[in-house]
Amino acid sequence: MTAVLEVSSIKKSFGGIKAVDGVSFDVQEGEILGLIGPNGCGKSTLFNCILGQLTPTGGEVKVDGKVVTGLRPSELNRLGVSRTFQLLQVFPKLSVRENLILAGQEHQGNMVSRLFGPSDAGLSAAADQMIGFFKLDHLATEAAGGLSYGQQKLLDAAMAFMGGPRLVLLDEPAGGVNLTMLGDLKERLAAINREKRATFVVIEHNMEFVMSLCTRVMVMAEGKLLAMGTPSEVRANPAVIEAYLGH
Amino acid sequence: MSNLLDLLVAGLATGAIYALVAVGFTLLWQTSQTINFAQGEFVMLPAFLMLAVMHVGAPFWLAIILGILLSLLLLGLGFKLLLVDPMLRHGVLPLAIATMALAIGMKEAVKQFFSAEASPFPSIVPAGDVSILGRVVSLQSLSVLALAIAVVVGLTALLNRTSIGHQMQATAQNPTVARIIGVPVERMILLTFLINAFLVALASLLITPIYLAKFSSGEVLGQAAFIAAIVGGFNQVRGAIAGGLLIGVVDNLSAAYVSTQYRAAVPLILLIVIILFRPQGLLGRPEERTV
Amino acid sequence: MTATGKYLRIALGVVVIAALIIVPMNFNRYGLFILSQWAVMTIAAMGLNLTLGYAGQVSLAQGAFVGIGAYAAAIMTTQGGMPLIAALGVAIVLCFAIGWILGYPALRVQHHYLAFVTLAFSTLAFLVFRNEDWLTKGIYGISNIPRPNVLGFATNRPLPFYYFCLGSLALVSLAVWWLIRSPWGRAFVALRENPVRALSLGIDTRRYTLMAFAIGSALGGVAGTLYAPLTQYIDPVPFNLSLSLDLLMMVIVGGSGFFFGPFLGAMIAVLLPEWLRFTQGYYLMLYAVAVMLLLIYSPTGILGILDRYLAERRTKAASALRAVAKSRLETAP
Repeated sequence: MTAVLEVSSIKKSFGGIKAVDGVSFDVQEGEILGLIGPNGCGKSTLFNCILGQLTPTGGEVKVDGKVVTGLRPSELNRLGVSRTFQLLQVFPKLSVRENLILAGQEHQGNMVSRLFGPSDAGLSAAADQMIGFFKLDHLATEAAGGLSYGQQKLLDAAMAFMGGPRLVLLDEPAGGVNLTMLGDLKERLAAINREKRATFVVIEHNMEFVMSLCTRVMVMAEGKLLAMGTPSEVRANPAVIEAYLGH
Repeated sequence: MSNLLDLLVAGLATGAIYALVAVGFTLLWQTSQTINFAQGEFVMLPAFLMLAVMHVGAPFWLAIILGILLSLLLLGLGFKLLLVDPMLRHGVLPLAIATMALAIGMKEAVKQFFSAEASPFPSIVPAGDVSILGRVVSLQSLSVLALAIAVVVGLTALLNRTSIGHQMQATAQNPTVARIIGVPVERMILLTFLINAFLVALASLLITPIYLAKFSSGEVLGQAAFIAAIVGGFNQVRGAIAGGLLIGVVDNLSAAYVSTQYRAAVPLILLIVIILFRPQGLLGRPEERTV
Repeated sequence: MTATGKYLRIALGVVVIAALIIVPMNFNRYGLFILSQWAVMTIAAMGLNLTLGYAGQVSLAQGAFVGIGAYAAAIMTTQGGMPLIAALGVAIVLCFAIGWILGYPALRVQHHYLAFVTLAFSTLAFLVFRNEDWLTKGIYGISNIPRPNVLGFATNRPLPFYYFCLGSLALVSLAVWWLIRSPWGRAFVALRENPVRALSLGIDTRRYTLMAFAIGSALGGVAGTLYAPLTQYIDPVPFNLSLSLDLLMMVIVGGSGFFFGPFLGAMIAVLLPEWLRFTQGYYLMLYAVAVMLLLIYSPTGILGILDRYLAERRTKAASALRAVAKSRLETAP
């Protein structure tokens, strides 16, 4: 079965600095892959290379068997890849519902239907469903900028799912979220993974979050892949412990 | 053929002046994300400052010195502190538009406080012709060219050989990283504003004797500078230099060989062609896509 | 928006529209001319607002597009004997196409190249207007431009023509309102607020930006086709860079990105010379200084200041409510 995501020997250098030095891995459908590693090990750069934000200096990325290396993020999104951001990126002046409609509208119809069709691109119901799923019900018409940090994080995640993506890359979804919200977030992500067979790759520093949510974990250090395995395998791996303690 | 040599020399001379203006423009963009739409007016003003000083009786050489100092103060320090610093936090676009308003303001101020008519301006080089290789070339063209080249060479040496120059380059390429490695970024940015003020003052001194001092002379100059900077390569100082020289030559050649009605169109078409086929400019580095 | 807030807004709108229809009945010829000019400039400014305020791109060619529309109208109605509406169609298509052609290469790159390309185009257009006298009559200009017959009504007198301009403004406003409310409008907001996020959601920022610019330019053409019968004489002089800069200032001062910004900005730009007549030569300088100060304080113009004030009141109200809710929770048994 073709993997949802195949990353082959991705390299990215900035001048003389090798941020990512030949990383390869596959992600199967329905997996939740965690990506951890000490600061500066190249996780975010790897993400950006996969997502088209940066052009890799070498290597290849395939989604569902199709080569996507170097495509723009908007093209990747239309192929079913979406993401959340480490630093919050909701649209503060739009309402929660508007944010969600925005997140899904490019997957509905075409340019012409978007101009002459209904103002909500037919997505009001889907948006409300997402609002319900992420437990943001009473906030549907609130401006996104007025939400609490944790609620905005939930909105950010919800937006990533509006387009019905095959693959979602989450960049530190747990960062800055308080414990109660964290539980909700984890539970919602697990639920979506089950119900929609959505595949995730998650960058995280919160070990507890990663180990309890992910089916497999990948460890990076100094731009290279250090270890790959189940959470318990990785936790016991001496090289991994060394990499973290060594910093 | 002989005519061509004259045109070429004259073209290089004007081009060298364009290069001075384009270099300052590029430096401002690189170090502080400032698109200065008033750059043409910046070249127009120093000549009027010098005329004003002479008006109160000072001799020419003193007017030049005071004019340059005033330019450094107003167009360097003043510009940075009063307009750029408060506006930068709003982003690139509002500042660019503010410089458009500044250009209008400067033009009108000069028109009001000096004159709407063109005024003559003394040349630092005596008029006359010189014979080179059997051809007669104007002394003015040659000395303008020589002076401008000297300044450009000096600037390039400053940028490439001195420690301050390296710090400025680092600031231009990546202020965040420069700050981390200990470059006094704020001071470097101020320095680029001062350098720009000096360059435009010098350009003013060189070009005003030829085209006379008029409140509207900034428009054409400014446009030439923008085109030169983009055609040459917006992210490289040497791009601005090459662009300036190219535009100067193209401008002069088209004055001779293209109908006077459409002569101004040639650099414009060149700009559109470059943006279409080689957006990083002739000498520019292709930009890393930041999406 | 509270219910009273909404009704207040609608009431205000009705009053303003009524005023715009009734009050000018008492105006003299000059007053009606100024008001018609305001309506026409607002249309051009609305177009520029799409480009600048919604898509975040600087166009310095809006004046040239007004010129193209004006010349299309003048040439087609005087030499061709065609109705104004035909010129309108030509102007829209022509300006849209030119906008697309200019924008396509310029928007491929990350720099603000559109500003420079439109600057160059502005000068080029002026040269063509001036030089191609076989078409445009060059510096001699085109005179005796007829005013149209609208639905059987002649608009030769100032008041009927003003209503024609007002009606056109209303139609254009409705069209732009529809655009802003549609998914396209939402995409415009997204690409202005956060282009990185917009891209990651599948929004083709390049295409939407290009569309905003092309539509904005087409609206400039529409304004031009009204300008020609308004002044009934056109020559190249008004359609140079100054007009583009004026339109830019209108959008900025009114409030770029706000729907009513252009209305306010055009009003200020058309009326200000009248009010500042006493300052004579200094008016433009004062205007420039005022724009710079306004930009420093509020890059989103006058409506931006209003918006900020209202937002602050809203957050204060919201946090007050939250504080009350919190204290209720804490004191609950």
